[in-house]
Amino acid sequence: MFFLRPRYSYVYRLQILILLRKLGLSISGKDKIKPQEVAGVVGALKNETTQSRTFIRGIQTVTLIPGDGIGPEISTAVMKIFEAAKAPIRWEERNVTAIRGPGGKWMIPPDAKESMDKNKIGLKGPLKTPIAAGHPSMNLLLRKTFDLYANVRPCVSIEGYKTPYTDVNLVTIRENTEGEYSGIEHVIVDGVVQSIKLITEQASKRIAEYAFEYARNNQRVSVTAVHKANIMRMSDGLFLRKCREAAEKYKDVKFTEMYLDTVCLNMVQDPTQFDVLVMPNLYGDILSDLCAGLIGGLGVTPSGNIGTNGVAIFESVHGTAPDIAGKDLANPTALLLSSVMMLRHMGLHGHAKKIETACYETIRDRKVLTKDLGGNSKCSEFTEAICQRCRDMD
Amino acid sequence: MTGRSVRALSGALKPLFSHRSPQVYEATAHKSTYTTIPPPARYGGRHTVTLIPGDGIGPELAKHVCELFRFCCVPVDFEVVNVDSTQTSADDISNAIMAIRRNGVALKGNIETNHNLPPSYRSRNNLLRTTLDLYANVMHCQSLPGVRSRHRNIDIMIIRENTEGEYSSLEHESVPGVVESLKIITRTKSLRIADYAFKTAREKGRRRVTAVHKANIMKLGDGLFLECCKEVASGYPEITYDSMIVDNTTMQLVSRPQQFDVMVMPNLYGNVVSNVCAGLVGGPGLVPGANYGENYALFETGTRNTGKSIANSNTANPTAMLLASCLLLDHLKLHAYASMIRRAILSTVTDTRLHTADLGGQGSTSEVVQSIMDAVQRAGPRTQSS
Repeated sequence: MFFLRPRYSYVYRLQILILLRKLGLSISGKDKIKPQEVAGVVGALKNETTQSRTFIRGIQTVTLIPGDGIGPEISTAVMKIFEAAKAPIRWEERNVTAIRGPGGKWMIPPDAKESMDKNKIGLKGPLKTPIAAGHPSMNLLLRKTFDLYANVRPCVSIEGYKTPYTDVNLVTIRENTEGEYSGIEHVIVDGVVQSIKLITEQASKRIAEYAFEYARNNQRVSVTAVHKANIMRMSDGLFLRKCREAAEKYKDVKFTEMYLDTVCLNMVQDPTQFDVLVMPNLYGDILSDLCAGLIGGLGVTPSGNIGTNGVAIFESVHGTAPDIAGKDLANPTALLLSSVMMLRHMGLHGHAKKIETACYETIRDRKVLTKDLGGNSKCSEFTEAICQRCRDMD
Repeated sequence: MTGRSVRALSGALKPLFSHRSPQVYEATAHKSTYTTIPPPARYGGRHTVTLIPGDGIGPELAKHVCELFRFCCVPVDFEVVNVDSTQTSADDISNAIMAIRRNGVALKGNIETNHNLPPSYRSRNNLLRTTLDLYANVMHCQSLPGVRSRHRNIDIMIIRENTEGEYSSLEHESVPGVVESLKIITRTKSLRIADYAFKTAREKGRRRVTAVHKANIMKLGDGLFLECCKEVASGYPEITYDSMIVDNTTMQLVSRPQQFDVMVMPNLYGNVVSNVCAGLVGGPGLVPGANYGENYALFETGTRNTGKSIANSNTANPTAMLLASCLLLDHLKLHAYASMIRRAILSTVTDTRLHTADLGGQGSTSEVVQSIMDAVQRAGPRTQSS
C-alpha cells in the first residue's frame, strides 16, 4: 500500500471489515467482531502448559512491583480502583532491586522470583535505570529471568485526550529478546565498531505464532510483518519466512508484509489501515513508541510482556518522573490500562470492562484530569472519580 | 646538503607536492575537511547529467522532467541509462555507475529490489550509493501552504549517513537457524557526516542540530557516533547541539514536529525518521532527496518509493521528482533556472484543484506538469513553445 487510496480489492475488504468492527457489527459468524477495546484476551500459545495460579476462594493473586519514583502512588491508585470495582485480585507486593547472586551474576531477589513463578501474572510500575551502578537495567534482568519474548502494546485513541490522530486502533507485537538489542558489540580496530543483530529461527517462529494466536483470540483481522529484507536479506528474510509459515497455519487471519519505511510513511498519514503489526526488536521499539505518540504518549499507553511457561508481566512504560514523585500529581492511566489488559488475560472480562469504561468516561468528561491530560486535579482526585464511577456501575 | 637533511626537507615539503593527500581525521583536534564538490564540466555551455529512470513511476516522471527542462530551455542534456531490476547480473548497474562517474551528477528513480532473491544480489540503489561513496543523504521537509496535513509549520532538514551502519549488507549464518547481521559504525564516516551536517546548518543559517541515536542500548556503536557529533559540535559554537534517542524522537515527531531543526543520524534511523517526516508534511510525492559524495551527487525522491501500484496510470505526484531536478540545477549552479521552476512548482502545489490522488485530489500527473509549464511561461521569457 503506497498511497491513501488502496488499489487491491482485498485491502478494500480489510478496510470495510475494520470499519464494521468499529461499528460493532459483523458480516458472518466467521468474522466475529467486537467493539473497540483496549485489548482482548492476550492469547496464550496452544502448546503451553495449563497455568496453575493460586486460587483462594476465587481470588487470584498477582505479584505487584510498585517501582520507583511515581510507581508507588500509581500502584496505590490502581489497588484502590480494583477494590472499588470489587475485582477478585489479591496483591503481593515485591521489590526488584538487583542483588548479586552466587557466582557474581546479577539477579532479582529470590522472593520476587518465587512470587512470580507461583502467581504467573505480574503488574509492574516504572523502574529506575541505573547509571554506573554496575548492573544491567532491571527491565533487562526481568526479561532474561522470565524469558519475556513478546511485548504487546495495543494503541487505541482515547476519547477526551485530543491528539491530531483519531481512530487509532492497532496493536504492535515486538520480539523482545534478540535482534539489534542482543548487546553484542566489538571494537574491531580503533575507530571501527561492529554491532551484531541476531535473528534466530526459533525466536522468529515463536513471535510469529504468538502474533497470529493473539490476532485470532482478539478477533483481529490482519497481521502485518514489518521488515527491511531488501537490505538485510538474510536476517529479515529469515524473520519473514517464519511469519509466512505461521500465516499458513492461521488461514483465517490475513497476512501482509510491508517495508519499515512504508509503514512509517503510511502510519503518520493514515493509521487506520493497520491492525496487528509484528516485527523484530529494533523496528518494534521505534514503531511501538511512534504508535504511542499517536494516541498521546507513554502516559496513557498500556503494555504487556508475555513469557514462556505462562508468565505475563504487564507494565506502564513511562519513566519514573522523579520531579513529581510524592506530590500526588502522577497520572495512573498507563498502569490502569495495563492492569485492564491483565484482567482480560486472566479471563475476568466483566471487571476489565467495568474499570476500562470508568477510566475512559472520566477522561471523556474532562472534569477531573491530571496535569498531563490537560486538567489540574490531583492523582487522588482522579483516582476517586474513577472509583466513584465503578461503584455507581454496580 | 647532507643526505639526512635532504630527506628531512623532502619529508616536510611532501604535502606541497603530493596531488591528493588522503583526508585524515584526527582523534583530538578535529579539522573540518568538508570540500565543495566542483560542478562538473560543461561542453558547449551544456551539462550532461545521467538519468536512471528506475521502476514503477520512475520512467514516466523522468519523461516529465525531460519535457519540462526542454520547455524551459535548461542547458542540460540527459544521458539515459536503464537498469533492469529483473536481471541478476551486475552489468546494468556497472554501466550506470560508469556513466555517473563520467558525468559527475545523476537524477534517478528508485530501482526495485526483489527481496526473495538470495543475499548475493545486493540492492541496486544501495550498491550505487556505496560504490560512489555518496555519504550524505539530505532531505528537507517543509510544510507546503496548499497541502492539507495534521501538523503545520514543519521545517526539518534530515541528514542521514548513507553508506555504513545497518546497510553494510554483511550477513552470515554461522549456525543453521541463527543469522547475524553486522552494523558497522566507523569514526571516519561519523566525523564526516557530522561535519557535513554542521557545515550545512551553518550555511543555511540553522540554529540547532539534533543527533538521533540509540546509545543506551548500542553503547559502543551509537556511542561512537555521538562522540563524533559532539566533537564536531565543539567547533561550531553558534549552533546548539543536542541528542535524542530514536524512539523518543519518533514520539516527539508525531506530537510536536516544530521543535526540530536539523537532524543528523546513522543509516537506519535516518530511514525511519525521513519517512515519518515525509508523511508529516504530506506524503512521499512532495519531498525531494539528494545524495552527496565527495565527487558525485545523485538526486531522487526523498522516500525512494517505486510506486509500483500506481505506475503508468497518470496519477503519480511529480512534485518530488521535479523538486529533485531543481536541486540538481542548484548543484550545477544554474540558480536562475532552478528558482524559476521551483516557484512554478510551489504555485501549482498550492492550487488544490490540481492535487493528485496522494494529496486527496483527482488531478493527473500530466495536468500538474502542464500547469507548471504554464506558470513558467507566465513568469517571463526563456521558454520554448512545443
